[in-house]
Amino acid sequence: MTDVRVAGVGLTRFGSHADRAGRDLFATAAERAFEDAGVPRADVEELNYGNFMGALAEHQGHQAPLMAEAAGVSCPATRYESACASAGVAVREAVRTVAAGDADVVLAGGMERMTNLPTDEVTEGLAMAADDLFEVRSGVTFPGAYALMATAYFEAYGGERRDLAHVASKNHANALPNEYAQYRREVSVDEAMDAPPVAEPLHLYDACPITDGASALVIVSAEYAAEHDVDAPVAVTGTGQGTDRMALADREHLARTPAADDAAESAYAAAGVRPEDVDVAEVHDCFTIAEVLATESLGLFEVGEGIAAAREGVTAADGDLPVNLSGGLKAKGHPVGATGGSQIAELTRLLRGDHPNSEHVPDADVGVAHNAGGTVASAVVHVLEVAE
Amino acid sequence: MSDGGDSGDGAGSGDAGDVDLAERAPTPVTDADHDEWLDALAAGEGYALVCPDGHGSLPPRRICPECGSASLSREPLGDTGRVETFSVVHVPSPRFADDAPYVTAVVDLGPVRTTGVLRGVEPAGDAIEVGLSVAVGVEERATDGEPLVVFRPANDG
Repeated sequence: MTDVRVAGVGLTRFGSHADRAGRDLFATAAERAFEDAGVPRADVEELNYGNFMGALAEHQGHQAPLMAEAAGVSCPATRYESACASAGVAVREAVRTVAAGDADVVLAGGMERMTNLPTDEVTEGLAMAADDLFEVRSGVTFPGAYALMATAYFEAYGGERRDLAHVASKNHANALPNEYAQYRREVSVDEAMDAPPVAEPLHLYDACPITDGASALVIVSAEYAAEHDVDAPVAVTGTGQGTDRMALADREHLARTPAADDAAESAYAAAGVRPEDVDVAEVHDCFTIAEVLATESLGLFEVGEGIAAAREGVTAADGDLPVNLSGGLKAKGHPVGATGGSQIAELTRLLRGDHPNSEHVPDADVGVAHNAGGTVASAVVHVLEVAE
Repeated sequence: MSDGGDSGDGAGSGDAGDVDLAERAPTPVTDADHDEWLDALAAGEGYALVCPDGHGSLPPRRICPECGSASLSREPLGDTGRVETFSVVHVPSPRFADDAPYVTAVVDLGPVRTTGVLRGVEPAGDAIEVGLSVAVGVEERATDGEPLVVFRPANDG
């Protein structure tokens, strides 16, 4: 397998971009990624682009050619859709393409416009990631689905709302110095506890916000980087993907995410690392309970023990294993089709040492990114390591 | 989900303001096997599709999603099921605007679990418990009258 490197990363600010079309957001992310990489656009051989609900939000299908134009690349372009894991699968295919030697330079990332829709339509749109016949028609919303998992988790393993409030508070604190984050303000545990319910047991601060944004990565082979004198010290050493039954009710266990277990197992095996080697993680905390489930699937905590990690400070910025130093989806924001790319961007900067929160992980060598779609019917995991 | 024919005031009364759901919602996909299952459930004759290895699933199915067997036979659902998990939904999608707050539940019905709305209980997190015994049936969504899989406490006539 060819050594795969992240040569450059680019993000828009996450939040509301009321007067910008999706193509303009992706153009900005791509421009920043090219600038960061020092790689000419003409060298890009493929564009792998993630987007979930563009047909609904922007009345725009067939987005990949549009995004190739916006990014200024002329190459085969494909849109990937796996709900909130859309950019994760796009990045994964870029990594596999470069690893296989089929291309030396791939542009990967994603974009989502969401804030132009009223909240109830976003709720309806996000619910499209669930099974329409058996879940959506039965009243399952996106927060409702994760609430079902939270109730099942509390029942199986214990824990309480306050444990989840600690996850929210931690991730809001992490977002404070992140210039790309949607919410750069602290939320106390008590404030999270007192927020109105969305889908009990989940309340407002258990949920990620509605976000516009884009992410872009320039993924290259190590040979290309060496030949063209491109500084690309971070390698993608492992990638894995898992799939589960679409409807939560059809899963073997309602409080676990086996698709992410599978993705993690594949990614760790490819990288030759173990969970205990991980120094820093960016995980898919679309809801606070999702961070708990993710860290357990990644093997960072035993099943049933992840719930206590934030409360005990283990996953805090100054803890033994910082999780979501970017602020996570929770506070940084969740433009769903862009999120998987933004996690890799954040992790790359954390490992390179040029992230505003790098000071918390000065010696980090191994990072892991976890991106999930639906109620984790889709999951993608990447292992990143400092190679130089 | 509205088909535009019997949707009443649709989501116009919810957060959507003056947008008419019937005008903006896509026509729902219909499936004869799924409709037949819903009709059977409504008649108290609900069933699951079960493969020789005992994996249960719900229509439409041509093969067992667990093992790929094409030999699926109908097996009646039990009279009652057990609530495996639930949530009280306060922020609904437009199709459930007038139903909220409502309780979504996943119920174990023997050969399968399925998802529906739990009625006949107070929609409050501390008023419901995992393990509750419920009967399953089909009722109307309050928002637009569309059919809805509904659970009710087993002793709740």
